[in-house]
Amino acid sequence: MVAKTIAGKTVEVNEEGFMINPNEWTEEIAVEIAKEEGIPELTAEHWKIINFCRQSAGASGKAPTLRQITVGTGVSTKELFALFPKGPAKKVARIAGLGKPEGCV
Amino acid sequence: MKKLVILGAGTAGTIVANRFKRVMDLDEWQITLVDPDPIHYYQPGFLFIPFGMYTRKDVIKPKRDYISAPLTLIQSAVEEVDPVQRLVRLANKQSLSYDYLIIATGTDIHPEETPGMAEHEWGKSIHSFYTLDTSLKLNQMLHNWEGGRLVVNVVENPIKCPVAPLEFIMLADWHFHKHGKRDRVEIIYATPLPGAFTKPVASRLLGELLERKNIQVEADFMIERVEPDAKKIVSYDEREIEYDLLVTVPLNKGAEFVARSGLGNELNYVPVDQYTLRSKAYDNIFVLGDASDAPASKAGATAHFAIDLFTENFLRYVEGHELKPYFDGHANCFIETGFGKGLMIDFNYEQEPLPGRYPLPGIGPLTLLEESEFNHWGKLMFRWMYWHLLLKGMEVPLPSEMSMSGKRLV
Repeated sequence: MVAKTIAGKTVEVNEEGFMINPNEWTEEIAVEIAKEEGIPELTAEHWKIINFCRQSAGASGKAPTLRQITVGTGVSTKELFALFPKGPAKKVARIAGLGKPEGCV
Repeated sequence: MKKLVILGAGTAGTIVANRFKRVMDLDEWQITLVDPDPIHYYQPGFLFIPFGMYTRKDVIKPKRDYISAPLTLIQSAVEEVDPVQRLVRLANKQSLSYDYLIIATGTDIHPEETPGMAEHEWGKSIHSFYTLDTSLKLNQMLHNWEGGRLVVNVVENPIKCPVAPLEFIMLADWHFHKHGKRDRVEIIYATPLPGAFTKPVASRLLGELLERKNIQVEADFMIERVEPDAKKIVSYDEREIEYDLLVTVPLNKGAEFVARSGLGNELNYVPVDQYTLRSKAYDNIFVLGDASDAPASKAGATAHFAIDLFTENFLRYVEGHELKPYFDGHANCFIETGFGKGLMIDFNYEQEPLPGRYPLPGIGPLTLLEESEFNHWGKLMFRWMYWHLLLKGMEVPLPSEMSMSGKRLV
């Protein structure tokens, strides 16, 4: 666990760069992490997914899986891969300030 | 007379019914099991069938051998559960009322969910080993196969027995060596996970093992479709892998009636409290084995450990006591690694698999995350234990809660 300054705010992140406390998250932080993840600009479509993930995690306490995102938003897996290339569930969880989606055991 | 209905008479349903039979007052309780299939399958044995190590007769027995009076077994599929009326409607038009319901209908493969998979090449160049039928077909295929590129693919997690694809690959490697055609076979493992396995230490150690065996891992591979004529699989991020033989672990889903009854999540698993295995929606419904959404391994060992502690808790609960958060997600698995060896992992919700000794700290005789011949024999002996002890609800001399003794932090 380390402290990291993102978009002018100091937050705690784990060794993989996922934020520890979702309450420290801001939209500005999302924009910065998205850049680190190779997404130069967050569009309305990106925000739709990010907002869904934050709501879902708020209710369940954990970041949603890829299938939960597609079922919950109606956005297809193909589109998700276009929006958040390679591992969309993991990428969007990081941008949304949530923990890493649980690896399935 | 109180009524307990158990849906599913597989590993979890049969074990819990026989446990209850031993400890419950059956003048006060009526226990009914429902299952459409008269055969009980020893599912861990499916893995060995493609390689001719087991045959059909090694993995099947009549369910009637394990479920006897005063337990009742009804052979029928389930149409729907009405949790408000506390009623189960069966496909045979019968209705069963219940005071308590246990859902133990497990998880199944759905190759039709991946475009191109379950079409004209299914059973020809595209195979699986997750059912008796598919493993028998794959046995025939491997018998005649001249070699080429074998691609093993997991469609999506969670799957039943998360280590099975790795075991299949390592047994295949051994099989081709034995038959003198390993130099004519290329083996690729395409997985949606970022590495060989889910948990970091195990993933690293298993990844190294695969590398030594000259097996290539294609990580983060989320399959979108199979192109059965071009013989290739394509991922959502447009990576393509050609194959001569595709062995797939198709999408796993819970039973359809769970969805029809409004009891399931997006994969038809019933949401439960992960420490008590009670349904989040109804306080008289419990879910044992693979049918729940608990983030534990979908495996017989997990079901067995959970049931060890469930029975006593359930009896206290029906007398009006609070449920204890008893289940720690404990799982352990033998992993066949080929050449007569195996390794073992032991873990729970909190603790990832680590190297060490099991079940006796420092002694074993089983070795954790380390290959040994004893582990392989342990796995083969386990079949006897399954049929003769486990299914009958007898105690197996292994602790139900995971212990850190004997494990090495690395």
